[in-house]
Amino acid sequence: MKRIASALVAGVATIGLTATAAVADETLDAVKERGELVCGVSTGLPGFSNPDEDGNWTGIDVDVCRAVAAAVLGDADAVKFIPLTAKERFTALQSGEIDVLSRNTTWTLTRDSSLGLNFTGTNYYDGQGFLVKKDLGVSSATELDGASVCIQSGTTTELNLADYFRFQGMEYSPVVFDTSDQTVQGFASGRCDVLTSDQSQLYALRTKLDDPDSAMVLPEVISKEPLGPVVRQGDDQWFNIVKWSLFAQINAEELGVTSDNIEEMKGSDNPSIKRLVGTEGDMGEKLGLTADWAANIIAQVGNYGEMFERNVGEDTPLQISRGLNALWTDGGIQYAPPIR
Amino acid sequence: MAETPTQGAPSETFKPIAPRPPPRNAVGPLRWMRENLFSSPLNVILTLIGVYLIWLIVPPFIDWALLSADFTGTSADDCASDGACWVFIGRRFDFFIYGFYPDAERWRVDIMFVMLAAFLVPQFIPGFPAQGRKWLGIFGLTLFPVIAGALLLGGVFGLPFIETGKWGGLMLTLVLSYVGIVAALPIGTLLALGRRSSMPVIRTICVTFIELWRGVPLISVLFMASVMLPLFLPEGVNFDKLLRALIGIVMFQSAYMAEVIRGGLQGIPKGQYEAASALGLGYWRSTALIILPQALKMVIPGIVNTFIALFKDTTLVLIIGLFDILGTVQAAIVDPAWGRVAVEGYVFAAFCFWIFCFGMSRYSQGLERKLHTGHQR
Repeated sequence: MKRIASALVAGVATIGLTATAAVADETLDAVKERGELVCGVSTGLPGFSNPDEDGNWTGIDVDVCRAVAAAVLGDADAVKFIPLTAKERFTALQSGEIDVLSRNTTWTLTRDSSLGLNFTGTNYYDGQGFLVKKDLGVSSATELDGASVCIQSGTTTELNLADYFRFQGMEYSPVVFDTSDQTVQGFASGRCDVLTSDQSQLYALRTKLDDPDSAMVLPEVISKEPLGPVVRQGDDQWFNIVKWSLFAQINAEELGVTSDNIEEMKGSDNPSIKRLVGTEGDMGEKLGLTADWAANIIAQVGNYGEMFERNVGEDTPLQISRGLNALWTDGGIQYAPPIR
Repeated sequence: MAETPTQGAPSETFKPIAPRPPPRNAVGPLRWMRENLFSSPLNVILTLIGVYLIWLIVPPFIDWALLSADFTGTSADDCASDGACWVFIGRRFDFFIYGFYPDAERWRVDIMFVMLAAFLVPQFIPGFPAQGRKWLGIFGLTLFPVIAGALLLGGVFGLPFIETGKWGGLMLTLVLSYVGIVAALPIGTLLALGRRSSMPVIRTICVTFIELWRGVPLISVLFMASVMLPLFLPEGVNFDKLLRALIGIVMFQSAYMAEVIRGGLQGIPKGQYEAASALGLGYWRSTALIILPQALKMVIPGIVNTFIALFKDTTLVLIIGLFDILGTVQAAIVDPAWGRVAVEGYVFAAFCFWIFCFGMSRYSQGLERKLHTGHQR
């Protein structure tokens, strides 16, 4: 009996030791040692994180992870993607199963303050919107009094919708469905006049209609949904790296540095560009990275604009215009602090 | 007309004339239809309703699925007709089968499929030598899981290591259900024996285990494994998500299996136990040689029923972010580059499940017929 007990103690001690060894190293060192970044994504959300025909992950959330991998490891492909459901996502991050969570997660006060997590920025400004049939002759959400609205059950969408209609003093009748697929089928078969969801998803749902051009997305946005990457609290260096990977992409777009011209830009005289691509200053060092960290991101993943256009932009089936996600210089709100 | 025999003509012998055929509506398909389909006014109405329903459903489905469907092409633009867009399934087929398994290493999965077929298919061929079937079956239950595990996971014999996060599609469904089936049967048998044991400690442990696992839904088991368990473990300690799900499924199914087998054990008359004791057999030998063979034979339908349920239950892993075949289909049908392909995707997934479940059901029927001889004396 004594022997069993001592064996148990030894076993527990071993597990404890390996655990502390894994935690004692900062996330950056752990990622470097592992040689790959572990990134939590969704289980399939078009344009954000979705497996393509060959089983490769693509999307704007996926590219955020690839950018971090390019900055830290110099290889955008050194990422292991873990598909997570909405319920699992925070646990996976808290328990250390993943290094970064990039899964269209809305930044809210509750999540930022009470989960032991930090949001590092916003890679996509989303908001809840409305999809209507064009022949309804509606051009604004304020004309929707008395409409029947298709919604997916159990989402914040339902609550936002109730808030909005009550605030506007309008009546509506909800038609609730279980999955997004059923919701769009209900809309297509005329069960409701309007379909409501996050705007980015409305574009994806619209492609599932028989005639996508027969429906349009109304301009009104009734909720704020800033989506961004999340890291664990308590590792400020890692927090900074993930935060500045996105900022580097936004700054690169602002400065006109793209994956095509990055090589010639390395010879640029513009001090801002020089600091970005690492030919001047020690910006990478301050983050604990190499000098070419941002250059790697831009060369392998592209700047923010390229990332946006490739995954969700006008030339993709989603056909989302930049809107709020345009740079602050172009009328949007994507704004990154300067690299200096 | 029968000829009446005339007197004085002894040379004429009795010649029976051939019987006339029965009335046309009393033979063949007409008779069958009259007896089975139109025997009463109610049956006539039901038949007409049935025919109408078939006419409503089958021709449009065949038209959609075959006649006006698109089979060839490479992109959504090739699906111009009204019918099914099988091009989509074709383009995503590899993803549905292998998930994220790297392209260059997919031959390993293929070998697993071939091995699986090599020992499963002969079990269905009645003419196959019984001895060969037996050895192939033993191979499938013992050596095959080891070989397949080493092959799929890699890291040995110079094969690159493929983490389980990259497994997916049909391959993952088969891995989950095969491991579940192969592990649940022996564990379930032991639990069933333990529950009937006369030793209070063993009996209590088995009863607690069975009732605990049977008392919670599989979904909550999977959630515990994937959401709660990591929180209980010290930070930084993780073990494989697939392994967590597998352990959950095996525990859950072995509890059900135990109850099925216990039903068989209870059906064995007391005389069999006494006869085994009278022969001088101890507990293990009498159980292995006398009791279990009879008990298991009795509950084959129940066991296969549990297996089929297990096979279908494996799709629940998609709620913890593992991509089984249904998960890959669901991830693929949202692709905005393809129009409405949800129906095609679900039909494909349903077809795959049907093939395997129907196969299991046929196999169990064959097994029952074969093993039934003992009771037909």
